[in-house]
Amino acid sequence: MLASKKDIVAQLQQQILQWEGFAPPAAARAKGIGMGAIETAFPNGVFPAGAIHEMICPDAEHTAATGGLLAGILNSLMKQGGACLWISTSRTLFPPALSRFNVAPDRVIFIDAGTEKEVLWVMEQALKCEGLAAVVAEVKEISIIQSRRLQLAVESSRVTGFLLRNDLRKLGANTCVARWEISPLPSSLEEGLPGVGYPRWQVNLLRVRNGTPGSWKLEWINDGFNEVKEERIHTISENRIAG
Amino acid sequence: MMHKRFVSIWFRHLTTDWLTLRRPELKTVPFVFADQVRNRMVITAANNLAEIQGVSKGMAAADAKAIVPGLEVIDEIHGQETKLLNALGEWCIRYSPQVAVDLPDGLMLDISGCAHLWGGEREYLKEIVTRLISKGYDVRAALTDTAGASWAVARFGKIKPIIEPGGQADALLSLPPAALRLDPVILDRFKKLGFYTIKSFIGTGRSALRRRFGQDFLLRLDQALGNEEEHLQLLQPLEPYAERLPCLEPIRTRTGIEIAIQTLLEALVRRLVAEGKGIRNAVLKCYRVDGEIIQIPIGTNLPSNQLTHLFRLFELKIELIKPKLGIELFTLEALKVEDTAPDQELLWSPEGCGIEDTALAELLDKLSNKIGADKIHRYLPQERYWPEHSLKLASSLTEKVTASWRKDKLRPSLLLARPEKIEVTSLLPDNPPMLFIYQGKRHTIVKADDAERIEREWWENEGVHRDYYVVEDEQGRRYWVFRSGHYADETSAWYLHGFFA
Repeated sequence: MLASKKDIVAQLQQQILQWEGFAPPAAARAKGIGMGAIETAFPNGVFPAGAIHEMICPDAEHTAATGGLLAGILNSLMKQGGACLWISTSRTLFPPALSRFNVAPDRVIFIDAGTEKEVLWVMEQALKCEGLAAVVAEVKEISIIQSRRLQLAVESSRVTGFLLRNDLRKLGANTCVARWEISPLPSSLEEGLPGVGYPRWQVNLLRVRNGTPGSWKLEWINDGFNEVKEERIHTISENRIAG
Repeated sequence: MMHKRFVSIWFRHLTTDWLTLRRPELKTVPFVFADQVRNRMVITAANNLAEIQGVSKGMAAADAKAIVPGLEVIDEIHGQETKLLNALGEWCIRYSPQVAVDLPDGLMLDISGCAHLWGGEREYLKEIVTRLISKGYDVRAALTDTAGASWAVARFGKIKPIIEPGGQADALLSLPPAALRLDPVILDRFKKLGFYTIKSFIGTGRSALRRRFGQDFLLRLDQALGNEEEHLQLLQPLEPYAERLPCLEPIRTRTGIEIAIQTLLEALVRRLVAEGKGIRNAVLKCYRVDGEIIQIPIGTNLPSNQLTHLFRLFELKIELIKPKLGIELFTLEALKVEDTAPDQELLWSPEGCGIEDTALAELLDKLSNKIGADKIHRYLPQERYWPEHSLKLASSLTEKVTASWRKDKLRPSLLLARPEKIEVTSLLPDNPPMLFIYQGKRHTIVKADDAERIEREWWENEGVHRDYYVVEDEQGRRYWVFRSGHYADETSAWYLHGFFA
């Protein structure tokens, strides 16, 4: 009796997770996005597509780093041929940079909205469009009600949404599935080689609904994410600078 | 605009040919049609045999009988030309949708953009003429830029029936004034003045011509030359894609407006689907009781004939319609329609919609109708090095990538619209900087790539080249900085242009 109750609870839990945008364990294996250990932070160990993620980027450096990691995620989300919408009121993303992460910039449609209100309206409409690979929006402020509306939209369409938040004071509570913080880390190249190496980031999952927050080091190398395990020591010396 | 071309078909013996078809025994008999004019029978049409023997239109039947002993005189059938030409015109719609009856003895076809379907103008005209001749009609036809010139060449031309584009003025010169479709009174005047060809008076000043021959003459001349447009009275007028919905009671509620839009759209979409067309631009007009007309335009990114989608586009704007005392008439007109791609639906796949997908296009329609099409951007690569010029705006969703996105040179994730000046310390002038100060913060540079020199595109703007460096500071933050100009140059300065991931 007890065991079956447990089963029922587990089953219900799985159902709730699915409604919230998490993939069931079976489908999970196939749908990884190649982020390795980070994906274990999420329920069932799989990156929740069909949910809304929040990424905080307080300054230009963080925004650039987030843009890189996000492009890497888009790369796997867009593999099946979907398009992506990027909504902003003050866009600084340079489209050609996406091609470094194997995202064809011509498959991203940029909506340069006039107001914050428009950004959220466009995002909601886009999230309802089944079959879009992803929707990215740069927003300053979002209320709990607005975020709930977005959540409802993705629950039926299974589109992945990303909110880029550049105003930390206005973070507040919302229904996002995870809160990310991506900061740049010193890159490394093979010993002795001069110059700047592959993009490397400190990826912090500050909050994961039904999951375990954590901190990882990732780099983008050979068209994929690679978890940086041991930190190699860099010598800071003038002669490393390329002439 | 498409270049206009016209075919004029002249039935030289329209009614007599028709009668010969009905009564084959008349083939070898000279005969005429005659009508009662002030107590005498006047010939209105003569067949070829009669004409050869000197009988002509306008002659008294009695005189003609004296010339041709066996001449058969048949009573004129009133309105027969119109009837025949209408029937022949309908038949000719296979050659062009725009056919007009040209009384009393011809047809006029606007064939712009049709001839290539028959393998060129020569084949096209030959096809029309031989088909009509084999049916039993003695026809001549001509093809020129204007209806007037085609008319003239068909009836009076002696050299060739097809006048190349722009050649109508030269072709008209040697023709008589009658070729200009003029009133007999005016023609008489030309005759009296001794003008036997158009050449002989075309050089005369316009005011002098107007004084002598009237405004109508100048209009005919301009129409033949192509200076004045001529509208044909088409047999089957091209119907605009428009629907009307008058209301018995003025409409004042949102539901009422929605029903009106739905009804109009249904009718319009039915026609569009049947013709394989879709709307790019449409306008809904609401005529209010107080005389105001409210216009609601919509536009789409791909031609659409999807009822629900088009309705949603209007739905977004219903609140702009203030009915006040009520709306008594709704009209819906598609201003721009295009052929829909037959495989539009095939592109849809549940796995994800590509850039050309209908669902995506519909989403973008919705967005552009609400927030404006100028806010939607898509970029294509451009083979230019200057960073700001390395991409261009795509004109449509379907525009294909012709160049490729370059991956060999690193480009920053963020690019400042305007490079910002930085203060720099560098050991050697030709080296990347050791440290720089940006917005009051010091950045010590730990790693740097070799310079990438990007030259100005001299044909675009003048100025100095830029030497770009990818640099990384002690905290791992990566920047794109450049020195504009040569290091030895006094005016050279350092700028920060972008941020790398």
